Amino acid sequence: MLPQMSILVDANEAVASVAHRVSEVIAIYPITPASSMAEWCDEWSVAGKKNLWGQIPRVEQLQSEAGAAGTVHGALQAGSLSTTFTASQGLLLMIPNMYKIAGELTAFTMHVAARTLATHALSIFGDHSDVMACRQTGMALLCSSSVQEAQDLAAIAHAASLESRIPFLHFFDGFRTSHEVHRIEGLSDEVLRSLLDEQAIAAHRARALSPEHPVIRGTAHNPDTFFQAREAANPFYDACPRIVEQVMERFAKLTGRRYKLFDYHGDPQAERVLVLMGSGAEAARETVDWLVARGEKVGVLVVRLYRPFDGLGFLAALPKSTKTLAVLDRTKEPGAPCEPLHLDVLATLFEAHKQLRVVGGRYGLSSKEFTPAMVKSVFDEIAKPDPRNHFTVGIVDDVTRLSLEWDAELDIEAADVTRAVFYGLGSDGTVGANKNTIKIVGEETELVTQGYFVYDSKKSGSTTVSHLRFSPRPIRSTYLINKAGFVAVSQPGLVERIDVLELAAPGAVFLLNTPRSAAEVFESLPEDVARTIVERKLRFYVIDAHKVSTDVGLPGRVSTVMQGCFFALSGVLPREQAFAAARRAIEKTFKRRGAEVVKRNIDALELAEARMAAVPVPAELPTRRRAEAVPAAAPEFVKRVSAAMIAGHGNRLPVSAFPPDGTWPSATAQWEKRSIAREIPDWDPKICIQCNKCALVCPHAAIRAKLCAPEALANAPASFQTTEWKAGGDPHPRYALQVAPDDCTGCGLCVAICPAKDKSNPRHKAIDMAPADEKREAERVHWSFFEALPEAPREEQKLDVKHVQLLQPLFEFSGACSGCGETPYLKLASQLFGDRMLIANATGCSSIYGGNQPTTPWSVNKQGRGPAWANSLFEDNAEFGLGFRFSLDQSQDRARMLLAACAGSLPEELVRGLVEADQSSEAGIAAQRARVVELRKQLARSKTREARQLETFAEHLVRRSVWIIGGDGWAYDIGFGGLDHLFSSGADVNVLVLDTEVYSNTGGQQSKATPIGATAKFAAAGRSTGKKDLGLIAMSYGHVYVASVALYARDAQVIKAFTEAESYPGPSLIIAHSPCIAHGYDLSKSPEQQKLAVESGVWPVYRFDPRRLDTGELPLAVDSGPIKARVADYMKNEGRFQAVALRDPARYAELVALEERHIAERQAFHEQLAGLKLKSAVAQGAPL
Amino acid sequence: MSLDLSTRYLGLELAHPLVAGAGPLSTSLSQIRSLEDGGAAAIVLRSLFEEQITGQQLGAARHLYGHAESSEATSWFPDTDVFALGPEEYLELVRGARAAVKVPVIASLNGTTPGGWVHYARLMEEAGASAVELNLYDVPTDAEADATAVERRQLELVRDVRAAISVPLAVKLSPFYSSLPAFVRALEHAGANGVVLFNRFYQPDIDLEALDLQRTLRLSDSSELPLRLRWLAVLSPQTKLSLAASGGVHGGRDALKVLMAGAHAVQMVSALLQHGPKRLRLVLAEMREWLEEHEYESITTLRGSMNLARCPDPAHYERGNYMALLSSWQEAGAHGRA
Repeated sequence: MLPQMSILVDANEAVASVAHRVSEVIAIYPITPASSMAEWCDEWSVAGKKNLWGQIPRVEQLQSEAGAAGTVHGALQAGSLSTTFTASQGLLLMIPNMYKIAGELTAFTMHVAARTLATHALSIFGDHSDVMACRQTGMALLCSSSVQEAQDLAAIAHAASLESRIPFLHFFDGFRTSHEVHRIEGLSDEVLRSLLDEQAIAAHRARALSPEHPVIRGTAHNPDTFFQAREAANPFYDACPRIVEQVMERFAKLTGRRYKLFDYHGDPQAERVLVLMGSGAEAARETVDWLVARGEKVGVLVVRLYRPFDGLGFLAALPKSTKTLAVLDRTKEPGAPCEPLHLDVLATLFEAHKQLRVVGGRYGLSSKEFTPAMVKSVFDEIAKPDPRNHFTVGIVDDVTRLSLEWDAELDIEAADVTRAVFYGLGSDGTVGANKNTIKIVGEETELVTQGYFVYDSKKSGSTTVSHLRFSPRPIRSTYLINKAGFVAVSQPGLVERIDVLELAAPGAVFLLNTPRSAAEVFESLPEDVARTIVERKLRFYVIDAHKVSTDVGLPGRVSTVMQGCFFALSGVLPREQAFAAARRAIEKTFKRRGAEVVKRNIDALELAEARMAAVPVPAELPTRRRAEAVPAAAPEFVKRVSAAMIAGHGNRLPVSAFPPDGTWPSATAQWEKRSIAREIPDWDPKICIQCNKCALVCPHAAIRAKLCAPEALANAPASFQTTEWKAGGDPHPRYALQVAPDDCTGCGLCVAICPAKDKSNPRHKAIDMAPADEKREAERVHWSFFEALPEAPREEQKLDVKHVQLLQPLFEFSGACSGCGETPYLKLASQLFGDRMLIANATGCSSIYGGNQPTTPWSVNKQGRGPAWANSLFEDNAEFGLGFRFSLDQSQDRARMLLAACAGSLPEELVRGLVEADQSSEAGIAAQRARVVELRKQLARSKTREARQLETFAEHLVRRSVWIIGGDGWAYDIGFGGLDHLFSSGADVNVLVLDTEVYSNTGGQQSKATPIGATAKFAAAGRSTGKKDLGLIAMSYGHVYVASVALYARDAQVIKAFTEAESYPGPSLIIAHSPCIAHGYDLSKSPEQQKLAVESGVWPVYRFDPRRLDTGELPLAVDSGPIKARVADYMKNEGRFQAVALRDPARYAELVALEERHIAERQAFHEQLAGLKLKSAVAQGAPL
Repeated sequence: MSLDLSTRYLGLELAHPLVAGAGPLSTSLSQIRSLEDGGAAAIVLRSLFEEQITGQQLGAARHLYGHAESSEATSWFPDTDVFALGPEEYLELVRGARAAVKVPVIASLNGTTPGGWVHYARLMEEAGASAVELNLYDVPTDAEADATAVERRQLELVRDVRAAISVPLAVKLSPFYSSLPAFVRALEHAGANGVVLFNRFYQPDIDLEALDLQRTLRLSDSSELPLRLRWLAVLSPQTKLSLAASGGVHGGRDALKVLMAGAHAVQMVSALLQHGPKRLRLVLAEMREWLEEHEYESITTLRGSMNLARCPDPAHYERGNYMALLSSWQEAGAHGRA
């Protein structure tokens, strides 16, 4: 056995470490939850880390998973050892190549963090639906159940593939395993070297394509030969299980850790056996031990090598005493007789003439919890004389009644396991500090440590819950903590929003960050929290962590303070040892951030304990009840379903609560009052110049303007502010500007853009930020009154910056990041066209803040109209939206046909009006809607079949606006092929690219929109090739309307571009500059920074309108204005560029010069294009 | 007999008094080489700003790594071990400069915290700096902090740095002290080896249209010279410290004047920014021409010849200068009105 080293990693890091060391070419594409495997590999290669053969592996990001698979296939054919990482839809995109790679018997291993496939909804979480869609490809499927196994089986897969020539798909559960931080035994280079067969590697290389000994592969066969040739591979599959066993045996000799194709665990005389694979097997093992100790004859059979399925091996592993099997699948195959593993077990038993009772069940879809209570419930079920088959466990199915019941209170964990739960915000560093804590405890003690982190799906104000375990024995608890001895809450507001003591065990420590002192905190608590503290005899402590973090100069980063308190209170380590280790850990973690960051964190740690105080239980408990999750005025569905999800109780909702087809109501974000801003805008009407720019830039539609008649203010709250509307009207209406105090995220963009300063005190503007705690109550009353004021009539609005903001936004209160640069464009589009929009939304940030339940920001107006929104996939959004257009065109055509058929019984003027309607303006659309109402009235009198059909199609007589929306990852990379086809199609659709110049949603990977000089994942040294000119590509078609826009810098141009694009009767493309947190600067400065982008030429602003050719005008209008700023001045303000400058100033200087040149060239090109004269025949409308 | 232009500044032997002052022209090794090629007798490197380092560290930590984590993204930037933030880049510049040029290399430090001053000064010495120039750039805005307190803090700082390093130590001052001679004497006691007169505050301007402040960087011109001349002349007879002028020297005649007022070295920045490092040779040639024409043998003969102790009419450096100018202006004004 070779020496080993204990390491603290999650499975993604552990697996990547193996894959990086045994590969030469790594082709990847980011997808949750697999991205970090590729990111690790990239970072290691950038840092010069070498593989086993002393070479730095080449890591390349492709334009899609299909591209990554193709590249891997090519690298393998050319003789390299190659790998890739993926999940979910990404894996599906690789399937065609997987067939090829397997068909060619190619040694290759890929690693999959198994994730749910999008069906009725997308889910980033874990189950086996993706890998189960690959079981027919011919690749071997090897499954790991834990972090340790993921590392070990990764190595075994690489070795076995080389020897068997069967390509391996090694998988483990997304999030539960991929993201669980666990102390494991690491694998040394020596182990890996000993495990891999050099001869097999040589053989792999010898099979490579080479002009020195040429062969051809990828041939085409006819019926005469294909079948036989396909069968020729059988011996390799037959041999594969034995080879895997041999490699596992070798591995055991090297490491002492022994794996089998099928591992049985439990009573050797078990009568009831569970069969499953993945992380659930760990919880099952833990439960089996507990049940066996209580005399039950049970066991669990863990499947590791799922393909090729070794039936004999399976039978051999099963105790002879087995009477009943329950086979659990973490996937769903609707319509199939059984789920896949269940079916395979049945087939195996049937072919072996084994008469066992076998039932199957589904569990754990989309990382649904799978706990010992659920395992026990399955064992209990199969102990019954007539157990249920095809059951589900972990949910309440009150529709088809398939679900088993379980005892939610069952807790089988031993008392000596320390269990701690931390509630925090994504932005306060709680998760990072907890990872540090695990590391410290792991390094300082012999305890096994485990950390698992749960996030909600909001991008601003998101909540995190960290689950930490420390145990003297191996931890197999692959489920969330349900009885914690330590509960910490790092944000005082969370106590109001979620049941933070739900998991607190009796006698637990409860630590709360609050500005209130120990003497006064109790009375401020909601009644249920206070009662729980008393009833469960919790030891309650408070700390003002915000004050401590501010005092040490790290405002907002409360996590180190909370960590200090944890070490002082939990006793998991002796106090002195804990603090010394914590200081060392801080030094190690923050060293590369600089000495000052280290110092301030250590200060925070040390101040924590001194400032913490124990809270005495008062004689009288508070009686204030926590506010309901949604207001009483919310619709019934929101109160019944969304509210439970908002409160963190979505797990409790039964099947019947849900729409069966993924259809959800819109306009629900308004009911989710998150109150996350610490400061909200404060309006001073005396200074305000009524430009409405604040409303224009607000990413969350949380500041709005309305006009109303003075009479409408009769019942206004006394403190409600209005002022005379200066832009006219007779009589002058009153102007109100109002913040939605519970929906504002406090980004400060409104203040940054506000041009109106107090002349005697220019620090004071018409909008200033004010402490939310002081303003919120009053503003709630104001908002409620403001909401009820009538919305502006659409038909009469001028379409300029000021007036457009009087229109009701139909995109509001999203969970996007505070200061998001994308959402103001969506809001603007919703104001301009929302009541007739169909939106195809590519997967990415905009589909998450747009469609991740519990609520959606897409809204409706008083008439019930609003954007109809759908997300298909990441890669197909252009095609998806084209489908909308084709369908709408067909429907409109059908409506016109039917109208013609019914014309005889309809007033002639109405028919003519409907057919010839000018719908180019809001007034025209309103008139057409009125005609449709009249048409329906007329049709109601008719009894013909055509009349009935026309009633169905009549709504299509009103013009609809198709919008195809996505980020640069979609438009420039994965969806570009489809987008290009869309341009070519000539279809009347509008494409809005929210260009953040990086994959924002998956965490900042480079795209082809990433500019020169920017650091991004997979471009850690700073990107050296220029941003793709997507606009130019579209312009080259000649018939595509193209605009490049920047809202903060050129707002009037944006509105012009949106209206022109929408009115253009062909494809339109708008590329929108969208500041993003991935740019690395304070987004409240984004208006200034965007201005610099435009003035330096970094972001050109233009409109290319093919219609202008018809009138003899020049089609391209460059709206940027003259170059007034330096590219270098723009670049110096953003962290993504400065990261390169700080690390490698010489390279940075080169990249700045390169970017300057790139921009100068592009500008020269645009200028020439803008002056391009076309021959008169062309200008007069001849085809281009 | 040949003309001896050599001088001794901070105990360093310089071939002549013209020194490239701290500024943007000494940020890279190639620039530093061209300063030597241009004729600088010593080079003061651009300043290391403590708050810039701290700001970069905190800024990078906050903006690159401080954003909300989500289940899909626990970070937005690659996080590699080679990512270094701190004074390393500056110290590398010091090391590189020492290896690249033969003339003395003086590191310049602009600190904000007592610990920071000492820490960075020590690092500069370790990196090989021939001397350290402390820039006491401090704008007192707090009415609670009186002059004594401000000066005491600055002197403590100089003492601390002195105790931490063994290479020569210069202190660059602003002109705004109630008694500059007394403060310079105190600096001498605190262990300074020289003073540089004066640093130039970057003073913001007001943007009338935007009702905002504008950051401006105005280069010096010769009109700033008389302020330096006066204080050099005042200090020269009263201190043993090395004196250097900074700000306002654009030509040979300017340089001669500051030497006559008592300077041991003449720092130039703006003129080099405007005309390039070769300007040094031109200034030196002008000096040489004038000195030869006037039959001076060495800089030593010239130095301090016009200081407060030796100039023909010291009243001009004192209040009399003010009175005379004021009265002449009134006379001119009176004529103007008539």
